[in-house]
Amino acid sequence: MTTATGYTADEMMTVAAAHALTSEMACFVGIGLPSTAANLACRTHAPGLWMIYESGTLGTRPDTLPLSIGDGVLAETADTVVSVPEVFNYWLQPGRIDVGFLGAAQIDRYANINTTVIGDYTDPKVRLPGAGGAPEIAASCREVVVVVRQSARTFVDRADFVTSVGHGRGAGERERLGLRGAGPTRVITDLGVLKPDPATRELTLVQLHAGVTVDDVRAATGWELAVSPELASTPEPTAEELSVLRSLTGRD
Amino acid sequence: MIVPLDEGVRELVGDGDTVALEGFTHLIPVAAGHEIIRQGRRDLTLVRMTPDIVYDQMIGAGCAAKLVFSWGGNPGVGSLHRFRDAIQYGWPRPLEIEEHSHAGMANRYVAGASGLPFAVLRGYAGTDLVDQTDTIKTIECPFTGEKLAAVPALNPDVSIVHAQRADREGNVQLWGITGIQKEAVLAAKRSLVTVEEIVDELDPVPGQVVLPARVVSAVAAVPGGSRPSYAHGYYARDNGAYQDWDAVSRDREEFSRWLAEGLGAQAPLPGKAG
Repeated sequence: MTTATGYTADEMMTVAAAHALTSEMACFVGIGLPSTAANLACRTHAPGLWMIYESGTLGTRPDTLPLSIGDGVLAETADTVVSVPEVFNYWLQPGRIDVGFLGAAQIDRYANINTTVIGDYTDPKVRLPGAGGAPEIAASCREVVVVVRQSARTFVDRADFVTSVGHGRGAGERERLGLRGAGPTRVITDLGVLKPDPATRELTLVQLHAGVTVDDVRAATGWELAVSPELASTPEPTAEELSVLRSLTGRD
Repeated sequence: MIVPLDEGVRELVGDGDTVALEGFTHLIPVAAGHEIIRQGRRDLTLVRMTPDIVYDQMIGAGCAAKLVFSWGGNPGVGSLHRFRDAIQYGWPRPLEIEEHSHAGMANRYVAGASGLPFAVLRGYAGTDLVDQTDTIKTIECPFTGEKLAAVPALNPDVSIVHAQRADREGNVQLWGITGIQKEAVLAAKRSLVTVEEIVDELDPVPGQVVLPARVVSAVAAVPGGSRPSYAHGYYARDNGAYQDWDAVSRDREEFSRWLAEGLGAQAPLPGKAG
């Protein structure tokens, strides 16, 4: 759905997510929305972005958007292709990756991510695909950016299952668990941008996309959402960004 | 050494075995999985990092008693409906699961290939997987005192992979995204490799992995054997087939029809375990 602004909420989210990446970064890319945003960043303001996918493709630069984390185009355009143990043990685990770019089925007040089950683990309402690379991406990348559409079903007070640790139950928990990365530093949605509060680590609304109100975001959040006193507006996508994004997603 | 696929499966895969069909999006041994379904294997413990549609088919056909995995989905499409039906409703039979992360599974294969009882990694800390999976423990580094995760070695009875080529002696060559296949084969007691073609000489290819014949129990020539996945240098991934599977797999009857007509296999008998 294109709004009066001339772009969709998903497009706004993808462009905002792309802005989290810079040319100097090494980025561990999850499939779906994060992959679209990373590829957009590569083709616009971050041409040097070093993208790696968990299939072992390092420094890949696909000319079309991959459907899976292991499409042939990722291998063909990579600086090198390594085995799966190598990508996790030699690249992710020692902290060589600046930013992990993840999606979520559920995300909670402290940015813990669930991609395992909705409901009870042994008697699930919905069985989801599971962890994949996410738990260690969330643990070991220097920081994590989550890209996810916002709704009260997805943004819950407490995740049904913690697949990947965000900030646990608050300040100090990552340190206590021995997690070396900073964890989620930004959650980018179709409504705005949330960041963990520096003191409590609770996700706080810091940025609104054009045409979205604080009440809209509150209605799409399953807890009493804190709003930053310095609430900012997200810059709108440029014509160039939209044109590159649409060439990637096949939407004219 | 070089055998027809049906003979390879008959000799190497038995009821109740722990079987790993590996392939990380690329080179998935789909034809071998279908042959296991046709031969009606039962009570298998299926192991795979990324169970996708061929495991969905094997689970739906009633081959599996247990699944050891780290990500079960239809890549780029969504959920696996036969897998979900087995977990949520026990159809066609209940499926026990042992769930890990990719890093944990990769290290379990590495330990298996290395002749070690377990592997150590920075992983799982703070996740709910620790409470659900008996094969995740915490250990203390004897040198630094640091707390780390330990996971036991995986040593499948048989690992099955697909590769681009083998020579007549059974040396196997694969390239492109080579995933976890080398570790899966080296960790296993027996192995079966299906290949696109059998050649006189394995000409070197950049980024290749070679599995020497001495660690390969049998090779079967199965051109197109990883479709609808892909074989780098031979054919592309059939993304449409992954999308189409979603509709077929949503419905038990539709799926049973696919088994009978698409595969020439017997439909699973609901309520009967195996």
